[in-house]
Amino acid sequence: MSAPVTPPTPAPTAVGAQVPPERAERSGPPRARRRGPRTPGRIRRASLPYLLLLPALALELLIHLVPMVIGVVMSFKTLTQFYIRDWTTAPWAGFDNYRISVDFSAPVGKDLLDSFVTTCLFTVASVALCWLLGTAAAVFMQESFRGRGPLRALFLVPYALPVYAAVITWAFMFQRDNGLVNHVLHDQLGLGGDRAFWLIGDNSLYALLTVSVWKGWPFAFLIVTAGLQNIPKELYEAAAIDGAGMWQQIRRITLPALRPVNQVLVLVLFLWTFNDFNTPYVLFGRSAPKAADLVSLHIYQSSFVTWNFGTGAAMSVLLVLFLLVVTGGYLLLTSRGRKSADA
Amino acid sequence: MRRLRAAAAFATVTALAATASACGGGSDTGGAGGNDSPKSLTYWASNQGPNIEADKKILTAELKKFEQQSGIKVKLEVVPWSDLLNRILTATTSGQGPDVLNIGNTWSASLQATGALLPWDGAAFDAIGGRARFADSAVAAAGAPGKDPAAVPLYSLSYALYYNKKMFADAGIAKPPATWDELVADGKRLSRDGKWALGAEGANLANNIHQVFVLGKQHGADFFDSAGKPTFTSDGAVAAVKQYVDFMAKDKIVAPGSAEYAQNQSLRDFSTGRTAMVLWQAAASTFAAQGMKPEDWGVATVPVPAGTPDAARNVNSMVAGINISVFKNTHNREGALKFVKFMTSDEEQKILNRTYGSIPPVKAAQQDPVFGAPDTSVLKETLLKSAAPLPQVPEESQFETAVGTAVKDLWADAAAGRAVTTESVKAALTKAQQQMPK
Repeated sequence: MSAPVTPPTPAPTAVGAQVPPERAERSGPPRARRRGPRTPGRIRRASLPYLLLLPALALELLIHLVPMVIGVVMSFKTLTQFYIRDWTTAPWAGFDNYRISVDFSAPVGKDLLDSFVTTCLFTVASVALCWLLGTAAAVFMQESFRGRGPLRALFLVPYALPVYAAVITWAFMFQRDNGLVNHVLHDQLGLGGDRAFWLIGDNSLYALLTVSVWKGWPFAFLIVTAGLQNIPKELYEAAAIDGAGMWQQIRRITLPALRPVNQVLVLVLFLWTFNDFNTPYVLFGRSAPKAADLVSLHIYQSSFVTWNFGTGAAMSVLLVLFLLVVTGGYLLLTSRGRKSADA
Repeated sequence: MRRLRAAAAFATVTALAATASACGGGSDTGGAGGNDSPKSLTYWASNQGPNIEADKKILTAELKKFEQQSGIKVKLEVVPWSDLLNRILTATTSGQGPDVLNIGNTWSASLQATGALLPWDGAAFDAIGGRARFADSAVAAAGAPGKDPAAVPLYSLSYALYYNKKMFADAGIAKPPATWDELVADGKRLSRDGKWALGAEGANLANNIHQVFVLGKQHGADFFDSAGKPTFTSDGAVAAVKQYVDFMAKDKIVAPGSAEYAQNQSLRDFSTGRTAMVLWQAAASTFAAQGMKPEDWGVATVPVPAGTPDAARNVNSMVAGINISVFKNTHNREGALKFVKFMTSDEEQKILNRTYGSIPPVKAAQQDPVFGAPDTSVLKETLLKSAAPLPQVPEESQFETAVGTAVKDLWADAAAGRAVTTESVKAALTKAQQQMPK
């Protein structure tokens, strides 16, 4: 069967493409009357975009929505080792799992709250440092100098390395007796009295923060660099002529121009850091020291170590809700700020 | 062209849907196992030797024999200890596990509760030569009392005190300590010049549990009562945990750095002469692999309290060991039983246990003279006379994590120079008990 002949239709207009003047001038309702009869070819063409979207939709459904719905269902079940083989048979728990998770006077809730506070502090510190380092490096690398290319490539190494390999190397370096960190701090620089522990006890949060920032700042560097390249050079030239120094240029041109980039960057860094599981898990194993007990690892422990999958699922749902609220609030605030800046 | 694209899109979606339904456990064979794949088996072996490569080499040679005998090809995967429980759990949830696998014998009751493992009823035991072939204490650590075991004992182990003969001689100590008081006294003489008396693995949760369980028994305490309820805060349990952590906190015979050990670093310290003693199960092959000569170390029974403890308190090891299980979802049930029969045959038991330095749970194989050598005879005697199985309750694996972590945190306190008191131990154990599932 040969393909049916379809009447010629105007080429589809891409978003943002230049509209030809004669069509731009035309006004009034959509040109429905110009459409011909609904031939099979036309129907097929109309449905083609949806058909092309199908794989993406199916994937989204499979990878995100279905597990999410399963997770929510699990959070309402008493799911322990007795039922994991067929979780659908687990008895309903109603809101018990949620009640346990937020009962801050009992150990489970108190631990969750502690790890939540730790995670918030850790995230704020890590995102701030990543952003600062990344922006500083990007601004510094704007100037052309010998060896800029290789240096830029070097900056991106932490971002390119497989997380597991990188973090396990850090774990070796943080070992108390044989690690490089104590060797440098204690043996070579002579700091402190005794060798410090980094993987247990209170210092573990600093160890975690170090690895997190080391891993995260190249991404900030990459994004800010891209943002910087969009700022017209003329602005700086004009500012220089007006007598603005480097700091003033950064404050009055660079940072405002980077605002939209930073908005996305901070949000992405926040979400990644808040949910980071790999770094603490590889660094500390399945039971993190109290000082560095991030909420992601805490939920993992509830689910996969203590085998309270229902409670773990409830904690996950609470976490997602929290992140949704924070993200929504952040987007609302920043977009409002942007509108008033634009006005 | 468009049609082609549409067709491609359709094909992608169909393929995805097909994959999804395959992931959904469509291959479940109804729980009793099937025989639709009679020519092959997948076997998850736990890491027993000095490293995974060594295990692969050792086991591959044996698996070839099995293949020749039975025509069944065994796909081997050696899983490190740190991953094994999670891997089993994932396989249980997805139904996509190996046919045969090793489990730590302390997990038997926990895994039994999931219903993922084939119960070893009379018929299953008959298929491998009968239950009577195995030592009673080993079968007791293969599932909850009163139920068909979830596994068959494969390698049995117990704890012993390994000591460095030269370091003992240098310190003028003639014989290994028999009581904890002697151990502490000797330890104080041995801990000098950057060297330490006793090794520990402070961040290794399972090891913490093994040690405090034995000390608990010696204090007349268990961590669960007869009804299976946790009793982590009993006086005996608190005293046991405190005694263990006090080796560092009060007695100062354990290196502070041990608090962060979790990867058998204490064995390396022993092999390199940095520590003089270590409490371990069958460490000989590891010491040899790390360059120590067999005449450099001695093996003694784990110390007991001074005086004459009654029989119930005269425990100096947990019944340690590895069991072999068949996954209920197997596609080759008959082959799996044949494989277990092969691995637990007298001949293979001798070969494998000799290689790993463990004791055969099969009575006939225990008679082999090699298990009467000084090293192994200590382990064997302990196992036969004074070892107790860890509580066989479904919550055992949670107990290991909760109490193991409490002990780990106490080690961290001791290492940081913070006081470890009866109150702080009790608080840590109270929290651990509260974390247990109700």
